Amino acid sequence: MPEVLKAPLVVEFPFTRSLGPVQGAFLTGLRERVVLGVRTSDGRTLVPPVEYDPVTAEEIRDLVEVAPTGTVTTWAWNHAPRRDQPLDTPFAWALVRLDGADTALLHALDAPGPDAVHTGMRVRVRWAEERVGAITDIACFEPYDDSPNGGGPAEPAHHTGEFEDPVTGIVAPARLDYTYSPGRAQTAYINALADRRNVGERCPSCRKVYVPPRGACPTCGVATLEQVEVGPRGTVTTFCIVNIKAKNLDIEVPYVYAHIALDGADLALHGRIGGIPYDQVRMGLRVEPVWTEGARYPDHYRPTGEPDADYDTYKELV
Amino acid sequence: MTRDLPVRDVAVVAFAQTDHRRTSEELSEVEMLMPVLHAVLAQTGLKTADIGFTCSGSSDYLAGRAFSFTLALDGVGAWPPISESHVEMDGAWALYEAWTKLLTGDADTALVYSYGKSSPGPLRDVLTRQLDPYYVAPLWPDSVALAALQAQALIDAGDTDEPALATVAARSRDDATANSHAQLRGSVPQGEYVVRPLRTGDCPPIGDGAAAVILAAGERARELCDRPAWIRGIDHRIEAHGLGVRDLTDSPSTRLAAEKAGAFERPVDTAELHAPFTSQEVVLRKALKLDGSVRVNPSGGALAANPVMAAGLIRVGEAAARIHRSESDRALAHATSGPCLQQNLVAVLEGDPR
Ligand SMILES: [Zn+2]
Repeated sequence: MPEVLKAPLVVEFPFTRSLGPVQGAFLTGLRERVVLGVRTSDGRTLVPPVEYDPVTAEEIRDLVEVAPTGTVTTWAWNHAPRRDQPLDTPFAWALVRLDGADTALLHALDAPGPDAVHTGMRVRVRWAEERVGAITDIACFEPYDDSPNGGGPAEPAHHTGEFEDPVTGIVAPARLDYTYSPGRAQTAYINALADRRNVGERCPSCRKVYVPPRGACPTCGVATLEQVEVGPRGTVTTFCIVNIKAKNLDIEVPYVYAHIALDGADLALHGRIGGIPYDQVRMGLRVEPVWTEGARYPDHYRPTGEPDADYDTYKELV
Repeated sequence: MTRDLPVRDVAVVAFAQTDHRRTSEELSEVEMLMPVLHAVLAQTGLKTADIGFTCSGSSDYLAGRAFSFTLALDGVGAWPPISESHVEMDGAWALYEAWTKLLTGDADTALVYSYGKSSPGPLRDVLTRQLDPYYVAPLWPDSVALAALQAQALIDAGDTDEPALATVAARSRDDATANSHAQLRGSVPQGEYVVRPLRTGDCPPIGDGAAAVILAAGERARELCDRPAWIRGIDHRIEAHGLGVRDLTDSPSTRLAAEKAGAFERPVDTAELHAPFTSQEVVLRKALKLDGSVRVNPSGGALAANPVMAAGLIRVGEAAARIHRSESDRALAHATSGPCLQQNLVAVLEGDPR
């Protein structure tokens, strides 16, 4: 079996989300070191607050301030923090019921070790130095001595939930790192392409040749195993003119992107057409690949100079 | 209590699964899935064209491949166009959709499949992306951490302790020795803490795999299978998404789904529970009122193989297969989704009297 091809694949996206009246007030409050909950019609206070009662689905808007101190309701010791988690030294995950709240908030608890953490322990919010209106404005919780010697319990003020310059949205970045491997059929295709050969696969049932192969005939639902070399020349079956420059792509616009049926293939692949003014590209144009030194795939396709293909020869592939 | 029975008799008539492995990097998703589709069809002699409805479950986030389910469809052979649907959920929910389709009478047979390749990505982190995006996901609490919070809550409540959890782990991997598809079998060390109180032995293996079942209605089911596993009831329920709103030591959604599915009308002899973490079996046993007379997870369960998005469907398949083999007469299958058993599906399957 040939070596499995692998490549890093990073999926990264910033989600921009609007907040609404309850979540917006809560996150604005965190920016101002105020923790808000929302009161349900049966008198419970939910922290963190939500817009709808999780039991009755009733719309709830009655914001109330709770204390920045509370009690651990359950915890878990995380000796190996992972990327993007709140602390980069060992910490406890904890659900904390803040004083004045009936539900618990998930966050990190900074403690010297698991022996220093227990359910029922008293903790308080440690605020982040820079606060922007996000859950991470709470840097973490920390142990808190609320005996009279320790300063006594914190009393919440009675904030209305109205703020100057309220936060209306968050941008939540997310990045996941994968290792991509293309599988048997595409590995064979990519390896052949490195030798400047287009190798497709034929369906044992309908006899169609797929380039690039995906390992299965989508019509018959069976594995395509017989390898067939196709091309290198082909026919433009259809095309479009690209007028907007793509990010990180060093190609002058306008240019033509086309479906190209390689000779011997039963499915068109796509590629850029060069070596001809964009407004002269047409269906039926005969093309061949242009390789650059060291490339693993053709840079683009250019006209061969042959007469155009008859429509009937490629109409099934449009 | 009276319950409306399903308007049509629908049964699981065939089940197939891959061997579940730490990685299937030499195969694409469709290459991994296709042999399972062929196997499940071969059990019934049906061809794609004979299938009335096809429904699949998977998540693009696992392998980081956008629209991977459309490529997976290549393995079905969807031409001429078939009646098809997909859920971005475990395949147990695809089965639920297919079951409702058969109840309407629109189709007499359905193919249900699901697959998951967890090996290309950081699964513990990938699963954080399903969490509340405002208050929870920005903290990146990974799947083991959330399960550990639930486990500690159970320990605090006196519902279990670490030795009891280790017993669940050992029993599951021991039972899996009889399951050639399982990823973790036999004696597996309980190991170090991953996130305390959960140790490596309390956590499911991370791996790749796929599964498929065929459903058939009425007489069609009897033609296709000697002893169909009739779905007497199936239901799914969800709890509040706020972890701090829930009682993590209980699963009212599982109990309600079981009630709606008729699980409490008569005892079951077998239960296939989708409990990826040992502590979650404790919660489910309590919610489902399972006593020592019920054989729990004879397959080894998700602690032996947990291909994400397929592991729930596999529970239904394993329960049905025991009925097919006359090793069970009435079995409960459970599937879960989300953190700390947030959403739960329960199906009750029965064989004809022997
Ligand atoms: Zn074919």
